[in-house]
Amino acid sequence: MSLLIKGASVLGAEPTDVYVENGVISAVGRAVSAGERVETDTVVDADGLVLLPGLVDLHTHLRQPGREDAETVSSGAAAAAAGGFTAVLAMANTSPVTDTAEAAVSVWELGREAGLADVFPVGAVTKALAGEELAELSLMNRSRAGVRVFSDDGRCVSDPRVMRRALEYVKAFGGVISQHSQDPSLAPYGSACCHEGELSGRLGLPGWPGVAEEVIVARDVMLARHTGSRVHVAHASTAGTVEVLRWAKAQAEKDGTWAVTAEVTPHHLLLTTDLLAGYDPTFKVNPPLRPAEDVEALRAALADGTIDAVATDHAPHARQDKEHAFVDAAFGMLGLEEALSVVSTVMVSSGLMDWAAVARAMSFTPARIAGLEGHGRPIEVGEPANLTLVDPAATYLVDRDRSLSLSRNNPWHDRKLTGRVVSTYLRGNRTFGG
Amino acid sequence: MTRHLLSIDDVSADDIAKLFATAAEMHDVQKREVKKLPALRGRTVINLFFEDSTRTRSSFEIAGKWLSADVINLSAKGSSASKGESLRDTVLTVTAMGVDGLVMRHSASGAAHQVAGWLDIPVVNAGDGMHEHPTQALLDCYTLQRQLGGPGSLEGKRIAIVGDLTHSRVFRSNVKALGKLGASVVAVAPPTLMPAGIAEWAKADGFATSYDLDAVLPEVDAVMMLRVQRERMSGGYFPTSREYTVGYGLTRPRLGLLRDGAPILHPGPMNRGLEISPEAADAASSRILDQVSAGVAIRMSVLYHLLAGEESA
Repeated sequence: MSLLIKGASVLGAEPTDVYVENGVISAVGRAVSAGERVETDTVVDADGLVLLPGLVDLHTHLRQPGREDAETVSSGAAAAAAGGFTAVLAMANTSPVTDTAEAAVSVWELGREAGLADVFPVGAVTKALAGEELAELSLMNRSRAGVRVFSDDGRCVSDPRVMRRALEYVKAFGGVISQHSQDPSLAPYGSACCHEGELSGRLGLPGWPGVAEEVIVARDVMLARHTGSRVHVAHASTAGTVEVLRWAKAQAEKDGTWAVTAEVTPHHLLLTTDLLAGYDPTFKVNPPLRPAEDVEALRAALADGTIDAVATDHAPHARQDKEHAFVDAAFGMLGLEEALSVVSTVMVSSGLMDWAAVARAMSFTPARIAGLEGHGRPIEVGEPANLTLVDPAATYLVDRDRSLSLSRNNPWHDRKLTGRVVSTYLRGNRTFGG
Repeated sequence: MTRHLLSIDDVSADDIAKLFATAAEMHDVQKREVKKLPALRGRTVINLFFEDSTRTRSSFEIAGKWLSADVINLSAKGSSASKGESLRDTVLTVTAMGVDGLVMRHSASGAAHQVAGWLDIPVVNAGDGMHEHPTQALLDCYTLQRQLGGPGSLEGKRIAIVGDLTHSRVFRSNVKALGKLGASVVAVAPPTLMPAGIAEWAKADGFATSYDLDAVLPEVDAVMMLRVQRERMSGGYFPTSREYTVGYGLTRPRLGLLRDGAPILHPGPMNRGLEISPEAADAASSRILDQVSAGVAIRMSVLYHLLAGEESA
């Protein structure tokens, strides 16, 4: 089986041709289409399109098992493919929690059956996300699912002793702890739902102060340094966190014995807290949307590499779970299908990033952080053909009813975005588009 | 007026003047032997209370009944989420039976706003979490205005609002309503009970803040005391009740700092001995019971303007 992508701009460079045979890139260059590959099964005219390595999402909620009405591994993988992703990491806060090898393998197998994106389960750090006893981290790693990223996402590993042990323990097999940074005594789970500031004061919504994130990030980088381990900051949302990261990365580079990485979500790169003024639970997310000055700091940090990756925190919810009073409604918003478009709109159109930088933040680096071998690879001969074609000039109005997700809690609905995924290929097989 | 009364933002100074004028007429009904007007005959109003409230619910009930509406009280204690039904389904269900207006209280800020978006009947916010309580603000201002000399008398007056500002929907509505009527507000509380971002908010909306009640009291024309909402506090807002009272209670000695006859208001229920002393609550200048009777008049006025329709206006 062969595929020829003609005239694509690889990572935004000069147009070229990419030839794929049996799921592997076998030739790259203008000469590819000149004649010798006449028996190509599929030819794609990619004139004006940008070719990226398949995107990798470090932070996806797929809701299976437990809430298959909101999302399944299969529907989530379809949404991922529509967003240009070839690999996603499925968070552990399902019901039951992914805190055993069996649970992890089950999610991994569901992903294989779906065949639309490689689904890698994230293991819980602690049993039942209770924050008290370590889950079977090593067994999850040794399983066929090969878990290397662990997170209690949705809750913070707030006990410093437990966090220390988790960081120490995963060193044995090169694991990383992805932390949901939320000090629950400063920003209580469930109730804290609005960035603490003038607007939360006016609206009478329980505040979620930025410092509740920053104190955990600061503590965790010190623990990572102490243990010589790897910590990953999930969904960084404040300028203060960026400052801590900047300091920590400089220290880590100097020491060379530990590492800190961080991700930012598309919604924290574009949406601001003032959207809560109408109490629309579509915009209720954890951590909450922040003011413009935080958004600016996050954009700058992503552009200069202080923040390593974009991750969606795709959080599907059934309609009835959002149709409550704001403080009672579920946290979370969809993210897979529009992530690339948001990054394109916010970062590329503004000149803050080029397509090579997008490839770094949405493919190469997340794959490296998660230890994925077949993803986030350069578009070169011999590499797996996990690829995403993007139309950088396409402008469109988001319609939540066209989503492949089972849920509709889409914060981008009716918003105009520029840059759109045209097609996605997983090991040479088209998983989305034409 | 707008179709709903969800916030003081929904009414202009002119609207407030109209509401007060109607309320004054309604107030007179209370003195009659037969306290009944036909304005809402044939209309059905539901008081849907997701949170306990004896005085506000009764006040709306009396107001509706004196206007000849059929008033149905429904208690939906606890969040609808905890019962498994969405808020949207709950309100669509209870209003699907030919209801003309909904009066709603909810423990969650913004709930009335959300509900108004789902319904095509007028919604009156009878208190939503820590957000607003617009009819309370209207009745407070109406009470003060009558006391200070009638229409226009709040213009240029200085009013202190004192106490647990963080958790107070009464504060959030009153600061807007008093501002619209030309009064200047000084909000007094310990720093831990000031809402987040109040400095920027005060600057934008033109009110003052202070931590020093003793300095403020001699400068004001009236004082509104707020209830310390201990049930909303998870601890740590102030060390002891005694310390709070010493700093921010309207104690007997502090009464002497007030100008002669300066009205004292409290939305109730009062924590006597904590934020307000018995001497202050029962002082000649206390308007606390006047607030209660004004509440019925104001709610009659609000229901009349929202529900009576053109033919009755």
